[in-house]
Amino acid sequence: MAALTPVVVNPGGYDLPEEQRRLLRWMLYIGYAALTAGVFHGLANALSYAGISILGWFPGLKTYYQGLTAHGVANVLIFTFSFANGFLPLMTARALSRPLDRRFLWGSFLALLIGNILVIYAVVSNQASVLYTSYAPLQAHWTYYLGLVLVVVSTWLALASMLVNLRGWRREHPGARIPLLAYISVASYLMWFLASLPVAVSFLGFLLPWSLGLVERVDPLLTRTLFWFTGHAIVYAWLLPAYVSWYAILPRQVGGSLISDSYTRIVWILFLLLSIPTGIHHQYTDPGISTHLKALHGVLTFGIFFPSLATAFSVIAALEIGARRRGGTGLLGWIKRIPWGDPSVAAQLLAMLTFVLGGATGLINASYTMNQVIHNTTWVPGHFHMTVGTAVALTLMGVAYWLVPYLSGRGLYSRKLALASSWVYSIGIVIFARGMISGGLHGMPRRTFMAEATYFQPEWRLPGILTGVGGTLMFIGVMFFFVVIGLTIVAGRRGEQPQDIPVSDTLTAPALTGWEPRLDRFGLWFAAAVILIAIAYGPFFLSYSPAAVSPGFKVF
Amino acid sequence: MKVHTYEKAFLAVGLAVLLVCGAALVYATAVQGIHLPGVAGRIDPRRVYQTPPFNKPGVREVGPGHYQAVIVSQTWAFVPPVIRVPVNAKITFIATTVDVIHGFNVEGTRLNMMLVPGQVSRNSYRFSAPGEYLVICHEYCGLGHHTMAGKVVVEGAAADRAGGDEADDDGEDH
Repeated sequence: MAALTPVVVNPGGYDLPEEQRRLLRWMLYIGYAALTAGVFHGLANALSYAGISILGWFPGLKTYYQGLTAHGVANVLIFTFSFANGFLPLMTARALSRPLDRRFLWGSFLALLIGNILVIYAVVSNQASVLYTSYAPLQAHWTYYLGLVLVVVSTWLALASMLVNLRGWRREHPGARIPLLAYISVASYLMWFLASLPVAVSFLGFLLPWSLGLVERVDPLLTRTLFWFTGHAIVYAWLLPAYVSWYAILPRQVGGSLISDSYTRIVWILFLLLSIPTGIHHQYTDPGISTHLKALHGVLTFGIFFPSLATAFSVIAALEIGARRRGGTGLLGWIKRIPWGDPSVAAQLLAMLTFVLGGATGLINASYTMNQVIHNTTWVPGHFHMTVGTAVALTLMGVAYWLVPYLSGRGLYSRKLALASSWVYSIGIVIFARGMISGGLHGMPRRTFMAEATYFQPEWRLPGILTGVGGTLMFIGVMFFFVVIGLTIVAGRRGEQPQDIPVSDTLTAPALTGWEPRLDRFGLWFAAAVILIAIAYGPFFLSYSPAAVSPGFKVF
Repeated sequence: MKVHTYEKAFLAVGLAVLLVCGAALVYATAVQGIHLPGVAGRIDPRRVYQTPPFNKPGVREVGPGHYQAVIVSQTWAFVPPVIRVPVNAKITFIATTVDVIHGFNVEGTRLNMMLVPGQVSRNSYRFSAPGEYLVICHEYCGLGHHTMAGKVVVEGAAADRAGGDEADDDGEDH
């Protein structure tokens, strides 16, 4: 076997300046706090499907939909991007052994903080109960749109801090291949940067001026299409930081190695190319968009399934290599030798297992005509609680079990409670998703206060109960997580933390000749992605003449 | 770049599954005639009730065995809330909204449309079994969203043939 190639420049270790560590740590804390706050509303939403309303327990909460907005915004916007803002720059700096750009990092932190304050104000005061999709002509208070724009700006500034870092390193190392960990971290946020532009146009160009009264009307189909232009790629922006952990960290945690350097880079390039020109599959049942364009986006969505298939192979192979090095044998017997007792590993393995079901249900969503059966039913949240709600959220919880100790200088407080958290959460998601998915097949609507709905179908009874039971277990799982992380921060033993980030290695080194170095030319691939997007979205934007027909409605 | 044999095999099987699924969708659309809503015209949401056909919401016969069901949605009701259609007839649903985005989902069928201000939504369906079908708004539309529902009453004798879909192509849904 050839020598192993580390995914970083210096496997011996690298410590960021303390100020930068602190900024990254606080962005992570904001994220984990948002996760914890959001799941309280998640519990209320899940119980509502079982016919139980606990809204009275939430001081100051006025409506179910205010809580649902808080759940969505906190858990898929604030949690995911705060984590990525802390995690991806840290990985880049570690990979290159270089400090980040200080000003951009501060800018990112402040934009995230101020954005959060504005969004919290708007949501808590019930002036933004429009759900995270922010569909016009439901009109939120301007602080909501501005706050979310600032959260997006904070991701751009985090990317800038990484790009400055990478550019400096490449200047000093002409001709060298980018270390894999830096490559996938930067590529993740490059994809997101491109993907985030349409929603930025929608918010800055239309919804923010409209909420301020500067323009009277907007075109709801246009802003909705701009939202979904960003809105499918956004799920990969949530997923890719988890993939960074699965590819570049987890193999080390299980004692294995990643099989192929080039293969990993190709997976990220495919995400850069294909994540964005797929958004219209969220609008299959919309008027005003041609069925041909819907079909094209359907085909491309099938295409984006491919890099995740490749990921399944690479990641499981890395696990198997690790388990066999640890003495595992047999066709499947090696699975027992994966360190299931390590809470960080167990969380991520359970996240992956759930992702298999999440991916399969996602393919059904993308399936053009079949989408009509399940569109906007609870099938959809059943699906995405297995993807972003578990594959991503549980992975990020697993990462916290080494990352929070590493950054805070304190040992993990309770390994057992951390393990229990992941198992309780995973059992919960299986029950929850079974409920939502079967209810969705019977037309049970998502985003609906079922506990007080004026209609009911008998087929929804059992699915509703399963949703409530599973959701309660998921909530308990996150509460365990919150206790573990909270106690780690305030009472973990100093000195017991990991001294370095557990970075992996690859069996094959990056090639220095041939076509493979071209994988590192981000500019080229970025341009290719823009061309593909123009093909996929051009027909709509060239043929659609916007008509600002809708004033704002504040019917919440 | 060396690709492992097992990896090649795994990806080949994965690709084959995707192609088979894709072929099934082509079959559903081209042969079975199941269509998504497409471009069906635009409307000024302020003037919905003055604009044909929405000036007369309800069901009307437009040809032999072909009916049009015209529905207006608003916070938080469908107008008309109950429609009656004959079994086995082709029903073309035409709907829009006067205010925010609503949904139009007929339980137990594949009829599933978003109603977006400024746009006309249209899709066709053939009910093969008589009975009452719950219609719900399945897009969040404000405080009373969970009270927004209606009904399709399908009248007549049960059909001999099964299935609710056949080439219901309006020829303009693109």
